[in-house]
Amino acid sequence: MLSVETYQTISEAAGALGDRSRYIAGGTLVMRAVTYGDQSFDRIVRVRQVDRSISSDAAGLRIGAGATMSDVLASRDLEFLHPVARLVGGPAIRNMATIGGNLFAPNPYGDFTVALLALDAQVVMANGQSQSLESFLPGRDQVRGLVAAVIVPRIEPGSFMFSKVSRVKPKGVSLMSIAVSSKRGDPRVVFGNMAPMPMRSKGAERALANGADENAIISACSLCTEGLQPADDALATAWYRSEVAPVHLKRLLQNGGRA
Amino acid sequence: MAKTPITFTLNDAEAAVFVDPGAPLIDVLRKDVGDLTPKHGCGQGTCGACTVLIDGEAHLSCLTLAEGVEGKKIDTTAGLAGGPNLHALQDAFIRGFAAQCGFCTTGMLMAAKALLDANPNPTRADVIEAISGNLCRCTGYEPIVDAILTAAARLQGRTA
Repeated sequence: MLSVETYQTISEAAGALGDRSRYIAGGTLVMRAVTYGDQSFDRIVRVRQVDRSISSDAAGLRIGAGATMSDVLASRDLEFLHPVARLVGGPAIRNMATIGGNLFAPNPYGDFTVALLALDAQVVMANGQSQSLESFLPGRDQVRGLVAAVIVPRIEPGSFMFSKVSRVKPKGVSLMSIAVSSKRGDPRVVFGNMAPMPMRSKGAERALANGADENAIISACSLCTEGLQPADDALATAWYRSEVAPVHLKRLLQNGGRA
Repeated sequence: MAKTPITFTLNDAEAAVFVDPGAPLIDVLRKDVGDLTPKHGCGQGTCGACTVLIDGEAHLSCLTLAEGVEGKKIDTTAGLAGGPNLHALQDAFIRGFAAQCGFCTTGMLMAAKALLDANPNPTRADVIEAISGNLCRCTGYEPIVDAILTAAARLQGRTA
């Protein structure tokens, strides 16, 4: 039998979490689990006022974990992330799905986290501790505590690109998603749905380290699946994903993802 | 486990119910309140048949924790018509054959209502985006898009 516990603050809620509890914010992950009879938890923990704020300071752009995709779309400061948020679900899902929740979304979801990883975002926990998203993701299913916010470093205009590949138009779940941050000397290429969690393509990043000229793009595409672990699912086989990943990366690098 | 009392506004009337812990809003609306207009489709946020407005925003009632709507304003298709007069959207759906089996229709109407409330003069692309989270297996979508644009024009006084 389920129970629901409501707290005033995220710190109180974080303290109340245990082995058989799940924190609910937007509900798009937890309520689906409830409806489909997930027996792995029997307590739902929530707070009355989630942090949906989006602010800017010297460290970068701070996005409260409770900010929704619609909140991102309403923020001028996060304009470079609008193409990502717009590709998450339909309007109703975007009104509900939170940035914090997206960090935990399993395949084929979690496209926003792909973008955040490419942007080298930091995850701030309710206890004030922070760590890079890259170090957070491998342990996300065992994490203790609650995510309070995500901090996205400032970027140069035009240095970030994102592409979501899906079979159903205009909206469908990802066959894969690709995010590229082209900071010179430290490029990041991240694939979603090409591993159990969003994953950097170190081979592609090596190839692009000195710029994205035509030869570097060809090299990046040939190396892009190195270290990735795509899986078979209802949308595509692992083989198919590996075959088309270089094609979609090339389209993104050459013309913003258009065929 | 004890039920939890919640109150909210449903289609401008106060509603007070006791809900089971963890119950989704759609179950409370359909089983406890008796509003059968939100449809239980996929239960996982894919089909949009359960779309309602919460404080004016489109939400999926199958993925909404009922206890989270305490004190909020909920609008469903049951509240669209004003007495005997259908809402312009409902009228346009009927006249434009935008409903066939009807299962998606109430979700489509509420997604369209959210759009027109925020953007009274939408483009065709705006309409397609607004219903992009709602599946229809009958119409091929074109009659629905046409009906929403027709309703928008009527509400703007551009047509009778």
